[in-house]
Amino acid sequence: MWKKLAAAALGTVLIAGGAAAQSCAAGKTLTDGKLTIATGNPAYYPWAIDDMPETGQGFEPAVAYALAMEMGFDAADVVWTRTSFDQAIQPGAKDFDLNMQQFSITTDREKVVDFSEPYYTAPMAVLVRGGDGLEASLAALKELKWGVVATTTALPVVMEKIAPTSSPLVYDDTANVVEAMKAGQVDAALFDLPTALYLSAVVLEGGQVLGQFPADETDNPDHFGMLMSEGNPLKECVDAALATLKEEGSLAGIEAEWLQEATGVPLIK
Amino acid sequence: MNRRQAYEAAERRRSLIVAGISTLAVILAIVLLVPLAPGWPQVKTSFFDGAVFAQTFPTLLRAFLVDVMIFAWSVPIILVLGLAIALARGAQTPALFPLRIFGAVYVDVFRGIPVVLTIYLIGFGVPGLGLPRPWNSPYIWGTVALVLTYSAYVAEVLRSGIESIHSSQRNAAVCLGLNAGDTMRYVILPQAIRRVVPANMNMLVALQKDVALLSFIGPVEILRQAGIYKSLLANFTPYVVAAIIFLMVTVPATRYADYLLNRDRNARS
Repeated sequence: MWKKLAAAALGTVLIAGGAAAQSCAAGKTLTDGKLTIATGNPAYYPWAIDDMPETGQGFEPAVAYALAMEMGFDAADVVWTRTSFDQAIQPGAKDFDLNMQQFSITTDREKVVDFSEPYYTAPMAVLVRGGDGLEASLAALKELKWGVVATTTALPVVMEKIAPTSSPLVYDDTANVVEAMKAGQVDAALFDLPTALYLSAVVLEGGQVLGQFPADETDNPDHFGMLMSEGNPLKECVDAALATLKEEGSLAGIEAEWLQEATGVPLIK
Repeated sequence: MNRRQAYEAAERRRSLIVAGISTLAVILAIVLLVPLAPGWPQVKTSFFDGAVFAQTFPTLLRAFLVDVMIFAWSVPIILVLGLAIALARGAQTPALFPLRIFGAVYVDVFRGIPVVLTIYLIGFGVPGLGLPRPWNSPYIWGTVALVLTYSAYVAEVLRSGIESIHSSQRNAAVCLGLNAGDTMRYVILPQAIRRVVPANMNMLVALQKDVALLSFIGPVEILRQAGIYKSLLANFTPYVVAAIIFLMVTVPATRYADYLLNRDRNARS
């Protein structure tokens, strides 16, 4: 996969040359000379630090600024705005060029909006509270009461991979799932690994990440892509810039900086 | 048929024809003008996708059973509690003054808070006290939140019914030698309750719609199921399906309430 991407990136770089990126986005953005990037409200740690993407702190803002530079924008030309999930996928004109809020790329979503190449591939991880005595096996997970966030791809994974005996409860956002865990209404929740690690470390008292599903083993690993309106001409510029960032290794660097290699989270078999 | 009847029949025919033509003109205008809007193709695929409709309808209908279930067990509790509160507010004895105060405060508080907030606060707050399963179920506490809110409304409706009974009824009951309790039970309440049936029917229609708000605290009922489909398919058609399913139940109910209202009015005039 990475090899293929790298080869594709190399091809793009060879054909396009470095300078083409500067002019690629000209006239294709919402406001000329500005790049408008939307994120969630609030933008959660570790994706954005302190809900302030304009500082460039956190994985997604860092990627956003690196991408903007690569596309020939100055940091001052990046304009941040906020949208909900629903606003991002509704039909009609969008009030952003790019939307970064951990959108999983799925074929059904591709029909309505455009996604950039993935900027992150997240394994799914199981968050439990006081999970002593729980083993990271599918058999043990089946017996738990699950909670998931409605807008993520966690629900299909729970239903298909784990197939729990009692039907999962579904919530609007991360905070509500955590609240339900505190109230003892759900035993376990499925998040992407960075979110799960953060919740277990900072938000959920006694929370621990029980295990993770190998990203490459699932039929559809969770690729996060930047969302654009359908047929947005900016897509090729974004993809070319992302390819360059991957090529240089700076994307991996940002990932290491903000979403450090999680250690000690066993794989669930 | 005399001349007058003939004239009236002709008038009726004319008004029917005019009403028909104007209705047809409005419908035609909508059917012809809306598709001329520049964004219509996107809206059509996002909200009126036949394939998505067919795919999601059966599951959404099953999910609606959850709403109906919650509604069914809430209604009797709401009616009993609402009557109790209404009687508490109408207590005449000086010794029972605290009861009157309680009734007034209860009604003010629960009519003054949006249902969603009550559901959030009760649905997450009470189970957070550390109740063991199954007593912390969101179904239980969501129901409690609905019951608290709607019994306040129903209490007010019943109280207005009780106060609308003419004082001569009370005086007649006293003359017959009935005590206060019997007067309320045999004379006032039967008339009062009958009088406010239509208003209470409208309350119950509103309740049936508000059951969907329980999805905020976990249960996967029709609104949440539609939301899940929306995020999986990036398409809003499931919401349209859910709206249609609601209408199938609520329209007959509101019509019936209106019929009762008219019947009472005609009976009184």
